[in-house]
Amino acid sequence: MSRGVIIFWLLAVGCIALDLLHSPYGYRVEPPALALGSGETASGGHCSDR
Amino acid sequence: MQRLLLILPALFAWIAITWLAGIRTGLLLLLGLGFGAALSGARFGFATGWRTLIQDRDPWGMTGQMVLLALCALLAFPLLDRASEEIVGALAPITWGLMLGALVFGFTMQLADGCGSGTLYKAGASSPTSWAVLPAFVVGSFFGASHLRAWTELGGPLRIVGHSQPDEPVDLIGRIGLGPALFVTIGMCTLIALISIAVTARQRWARGESLPPIPKRWLWGGVAIALAYAAHLIVAGQPWGIVYGLGLWGAKIASAVGVDLSQDSFWGTAPHAERLLEPILWDVTSVTNIGLLYGALIADRWNLKSFQKPRWPAASALVISIAAGLVMGYSSRLAFGCNVGGYLGGIASASLHGWVWFACAFLGSMVGVRARARAGIA
Repeated sequence: MSRGVIIFWLLAVGCIALDLLHSPYGYRVEPPALALGSGETASGGHCSDR
Repeated sequence: MQRLLLILPALFAWIAITWLAGIRTGLLLLLGLGFGAALSGARFGFATGWRTLIQDRDPWGMTGQMVLLALCALLAFPLLDRASEEIVGALAPITWGLMLGALVFGFTMQLADGCGSGTLYKAGASSPTSWAVLPAFVVGSFFGASHLRAWTELGGPLRIVGHSQPDEPVDLIGRIGLGPALFVTIGMCTLIALISIAVTARQRWARGESLPPIPKRWLWGGVAIALAYAAHLIVAGQPWGIVYGLGLWGAKIASAVGVDLSQDSFWGTAPHAERLLEPILWDVTSVTNIGLLYGALIADRWNLKSFQKPRWPAASALVISIAAGLVMGYSSRLAFGCNVGGYLGGIASASLHGWVWFACAFLGSMVGVRARARAGIA
């Protein structure tokens, strides 16, 4: 692995870890494994702004 | 041994994300890895496919994209029609913002050396240009989302022609039914592929050349991405997207440095304000983006013998690419997504805005390809 790849991934993992540590949410009400058949409407963010 | 070292972090990340955010999120990470591996392994670049058509009179990239679109429509339309309570499409209205955004996106993606998915997979596959473009793309997406409401309120061409619901998405399945919508969409894909092949063949024959052979990567890449696209729809209940997550990353960074987004017309409203507080690993597009980045690295390094060490471009070309990445991020939000969320997601959701996105972005790319050559971007 080149130095650039290592720096890129260290930065990425560091940002994710910092984000996790600073989130006010401690636990998640886990959604069903699959949306299809769950009976719930999808609620994730999407570029289409629906 | 080196291949095992590539796979182990992905396996660890999958276990960690499943533990932290749930089974669905773990599955989304796996799908992101699949998207990245397919995009990078097949070098399935949307910007590249258009550029080789415009510049080199090579129709196979565009043909591969049309195969992908037709397959996605074939797999997604029945799901969207039959399970509309659980699975929603990427439906968006036809606005001036969409048209301008797609036009500018098509232009800038040629200068940034990659579209939305292209920038991500190339950054994952350690392209220095894309490493530099990605942060600019994040910043642009953040500001674009912030201004999205104002752009959308400008309305669109359907208001001028007196359409009864000018600000609503035009959903082909809802308007004409599943079968006709599928027929129209697959017919359009076939027509565009045939026109691309016929026009380029004619131009080449006039110069005494024949068409190059079809690179199989465009076909197997299209099939692999279509299967992952359908699986994403089943798991997440929504189409694959990229730029929402990038804008969210920008908004999180802005919040972290003290910017107050509570009054922002986008980031300060539900449900986006809530997502700013949630961990990034709970966000659908962020998780698939992270998987895509690493999946691209795995595919790029899998065949160690063919791996080429990436090189930094000339400083002037790099500055142009970064500026283009910033504008690309902004314009992708006005256009309701990049080539993935707007073009692929729109068309594979039977939303007419996807076709408008394609027409405007291709027009922008025709100019962008020439600008790219002048700027000396390799």
